[in-house]
Amino acid sequence: MLAFILRRLALLPLVALGVTLLLFGLLQFLTPEMRASLYIKDPRQLSAMEAVIQKYKLRDPFPVQYGVWLKQLLGGDLGYSETAKMPVGEAVRAFFPATFELALFSFFPILTIGIWLGTQSAVKKDKFIDQVSRFMAITGYSLPSFVLGLVLLMIFYGHLKLLPPGRFSLETDLLIHSENFRQYTGLLLADSILNRKLWVFWDGFKHLILPSITLCYINVALLVRITRSSMLEEINKDYVRTARAKGLSESVVINKHARKNALIPVITLSSLLFVGILGGVVITETVFNYPGIGRWGVNAAQQLDIPGVIGFALLYSCLFVLGNLVADTLYAYVDPRIRLK
Amino acid sequence: MSSELATLLRRVKKNPLSLLGLGLISFFILIAILAPALAPVPPNSRDSYLIPQTGYSSDPVRPSREHIFGTTEQQYDMYYGIIWGTRTAFKVGVTVVLTSLAIGIILGGLAGFYGRWIDEALMRFTDIILAFPHIVLAVVIVAVLGPSLKNVMIAIALVSWPSYARLLRGDVLSIKEREFVLAARALGATDFRILFRHVIPNAIYPLLVLASLDIGNIVIYAAALSFLGLGAPMGYADWGQLISLSRNWILGSSGNPFEYWHTVLIPGGTIFLFVLGWNLLGDAFRDILDPRQK
Repeated sequence: MLAFILRRLALLPLVALGVTLLLFGLLQFLTPEMRASLYIKDPRQLSAMEAVIQKYKLRDPFPVQYGVWLKQLLGGDLGYSETAKMPVGEAVRAFFPATFELALFSFFPILTIGIWLGTQSAVKKDKFIDQVSRFMAITGYSLPSFVLGLVLLMIFYGHLKLLPPGRFSLETDLLIHSENFRQYTGLLLADSILNRKLWVFWDGFKHLILPSITLCYINVALLVRITRSSMLEEINKDYVRTARAKGLSESVVINKHARKNALIPVITLSSLLFVGILGGVVITETVFNYPGIGRWGVNAAQQLDIPGVIGFALLYSCLFVLGNLVADTLYAYVDPRIRLK
Repeated sequence: MSSELATLLRRVKKNPLSLLGLGLISFFILIAILAPALAPVPPNSRDSYLIPQTGYSSDPVRPSREHIFGTTEQQYDMYYGIIWGTRTAFKVGVTVVLTSLAIGIILGGLAGFYGRWIDEALMRFTDIILAFPHIVLAVVIVAVLGPSLKNVMIAIALVSWPSYARLLRGDVLSIKEREFVLAARALGATDFRILFRHVIPNAIYPLLVLASLDIGNIVIYAAALSFLGLGAPMGYADWGQLISLSRNWILGSSGNPFEYWHTVLIPGGTIFLFVLGWNLLGDAFRDILDPRQK
């Protein structure tokens, strides 16, 4: 197992190199003056643009430019994000917890609903629940998340005045930036419990419901489809018939025998699903005005904040590489045949 | 090939949902063709895709006799935007599918045909793009190229070719071992001729069907980028852009919380029906093309 993980880990730098090459390659569409923004930290430097271009070799051939940039990147310097008004590294630290909280808050409902609905619609194939889940899958694929989000806001915020957009109310905002509140994790729900402030927990919870419903509806369809088809494959196998022949109850046959095997592809997919949800928040955060990585990335893209956009993409590359590593490891863990290959 | 097509048509006919999908798509094709008749272009217009503006009031106006779908903020006529937006949707969908197919066919064909390190390098590259969240990569590409509808199309094409490349590569791998390829080689055909005249034409049919069904997804991506303010400029007939104009109007006036319902539901419903059409049809086709189902 360890050898497997190590072998996989050895591939990571290669993938990371590929992604940075791709991103920096894209920047070649920009003028050297625009690329210079990657290195500018102070508006005063704008008057000495030519010096910046010379210093960082921005008119040199691609490999030279890339080398200079990569060296700075490895030193941990990602530049200054104009939209966040802070260095990119700090911006990531400031925005990521909010995004992570939203993704985590949506991940477990998606997993539970997806697996349950997938199992049910395989066991009761072509019955009512199967038709319902098929309908939900097709509408889920067809409904843009921003339309769903806006409609939910119209009903639960505009009409019922229950669930507002944003991440917290004004009172919470004042409290968490005061001395009476210690930020342990950056996750509002966790911090509010650690600070014993239940009303803050409730406030954060209320703000998470709508974006989380939006993410669930859009993402659950894929999971249902995969669970269903994998479950259908398993329940026709011989060992399931044997289990039934032994006289085991139907729920034991389905839940203990068939589902355990059917979940192998689902488990491995789940970490990629998590990365997918983190990607999906780009739109959801903008709709709900939720201050996370996605909203920052979109703002940066709108305002040509190149260091911001590149930092945003690099963060996602790391997440994606990690997600793949976790998926591979889980796969090897649940299916020993993989490890021996 | 023709027997496959016949099975396909029989399956579509038997399944009422895929018929509904076909109906929806035909309906939208009709709207796109008849756009100049359904929503006449004002005589002084520079570009028929620019939505005419009636006044400069910032508040949207509800549907009325004069504007049957109402107006958006800044008084753009919603009906005109929806009708000409149908043309935009098809233009975006078809262009992107063709572009990403071209990239996918060339890279997938080369990888499958030459194998070895070319295959390895191209497929690792494909894996990276395939697994990276598409919307993130598209946002980065549009940011670098500059926000516009054209660049949105380029960005989506650049992120959506990998699945085609992968599919074609698999088919090329098996077809290049067949006798007729060997025969062509024995006759002295060049690699280029073998690949593009003998191998790819024999592998391309399922790929074309699958790709054309992606038009729905592509339109959602394009609408999302327009919604995020990275696509069509304000006042351009584009569904995603129309929805982005509704963002400030989710709150109605006091006593009438749903006063501006039309700003979200009309363009949102249109996109939904359009994409639903493609997905309903796509479901039937994927079942038929899936070898495991046979």
